[in-house]
Amino acid sequence: MSEILSYSFMQRALLAALLVGVLCPTISFFVVLKRLSFLGAGISHTALGGIAIGLASGLDPVLTGSVFAVGTAMSTGHISRLGKISEDTVIGIFYASGMALGIALISTFKGYYPELFSLLFGNILAVSIRDLQLMAAALAVIMFFVMAFFKELLAICFDEEMAVAGGLPVGPLYMGLLAATGLTVMVSIQLVGVVLVAALLVIPGAAAYRLSSNYRSMFAYSLAIGLAGSFGGLFVSYYFPVPPGAAIVLILAAIFALVVAVKYYLEKLN
Amino acid sequence: MRREIAVQEVIKTDQLTVNLGGKTVLEDITFSAATGELTGVIGPNGAGKTTLLRALLGLVPVQKGTLTVLDKRGNHLKEVRPMIGYMPQRQSFERRFPLSAADVVATGLLSPRTTFRRIPEKNKQVSQALGAVGMESYYNSPFQGLSGGEQQRVLLARALAKRPGLLLLDEPNSGLDFPAQQSFIELLRELKEKDNLTIILVSHDLVSIAPAADKLLCINRTMHIHGHPAEVLRSPHLDEAYRCQFDFLTTGGGVGRCWH
Repeated sequence: MSEILSYSFMQRALLAALLVGVLCPTISFFVVLKRLSFLGAGISHTALGGIAIGLASGLDPVLTGSVFAVGTAMSTGHISRLGKISEDTVIGIFYASGMALGIALISTFKGYYPELFSLLFGNILAVSIRDLQLMAAALAVIMFFVMAFFKELLAICFDEEMAVAGGLPVGPLYMGLLAATGLTVMVSIQLVGVVLVAALLVIPGAAAYRLSSNYRSMFAYSLAIGLAGSFGGLFVSYYFPVPPGAAIVLILAAIFALVVAVKYYLEKLN
Repeated sequence: MRREIAVQEVIKTDQLTVNLGGKTVLEDITFSAATGELTGVIGPNGAGKTTLLRALLGLVPVQKGTLTVLDKRGNHLKEVRPMIGYMPQRQSFERRFPLSAADVVATGLLSPRTTFRRIPEKNKQVSQALGAVGMESYYNSPFQGLSGGEQQRVLLARALAKRPGLLLLDEPNSGLDFPAQQSFIELLRELKEKDNLTIILVSHDLVSIAPAADKLLCINRTMHIHGHPAEVLRSPHLDEAYRCQFDFLTTGGGVGRCWH
């Protein structure tokens, strides 16, 4: 254990696991309750387009990726709210187009591009101090938003029509939630990559939902499962030749399967 | 004198017309509801009943005509929202949501004024609202574990939490079995008597609401008839509104009819 902590890259990786392990389950709680799981997958794939624009133009890829991810999330919400095209159709189109843009731009780079693999599947061991600062800033902004408007966001997830009738600013709060989801996706790509990040946005909340009949315990379970996944995956990848991103997602999937199996068994017993 | 009118007529519409997405959803609706009156709004699916409630809340724009709710009209309509208890249709909420009965009722207290303020877990308004619908012993019960009828009572408590003078209920009876429907309507009648509440109750099910209503408003995009239940049920306009034939079911109370 002390050996792990003696490497500076592992110290940074552990800190990243902590930050993302808090951020993703927080957003996952709302993603599951508002049924935005597909949106999470859509944003992450679109983000590849934004990152590639950054790499091709010399701008900061994290910045262009963030703008792309937040932009996709908010425009999906906006277009589907106009009521002409359904949300899953919009996501389905953004999903593939963003990814295609990313692949098209990256293929123009000369020679082999090794970072592509990190982008797709994450590389938590290569996290820099600057990445950590960005993650911490995103966490601070998103946590402030979520905590300040927690009861309003919960009410919107439960019954949007009633929230509108009560005079709550449903449109801006929903857009804020989508932007927070986009930002979370972007900072989490470092950890698990474009392809796997959706699991971090869905599994903690989905497993916690099955364990709780009250939102307070659901939120706590979601956090515990998210942290167990991110730290567990990191340790597994240290001792076994498995990439950390894949290990994190596999642990989360195993926790979900266990929760479903135990719940099924307990229900059968009663 | 003016004050008296304000108290007497809680809702007044005059040739109200509402367009949504280029289509006329409601046309030429003229009716009024006085304090302590239960008005049943009936009509087939897609008749514009929900739109009428949303217009009363100031959630959809009025194209033509006038609409006055609690003495407010036009852009001022949204000012009366805190004084209105609303119960949207059943499909508007998530049935398997991790909230307790008290949490659900507490969402009825939210308004722009409660932003950044904590609503205490043990809240007097919440327990009183649950008490009013006979659900006080379910305060901490998970909402998802309640029966359909119990959930509807909790949602009614949510609409009552702000102690409104006007209640707008959208198909509160749908999906309930007959005894649950009867006891829900009975509860509404009690609440109306006790607190002198004005209630607008929307339903496509004429039979279940007619006995409790003081007045019925029959619409199918446009208004077909507005009046006392007995008159409405005997009116030939009713068949026209539903575009089907009605027959009397019982003549005992003079209000029961069924349709083919």
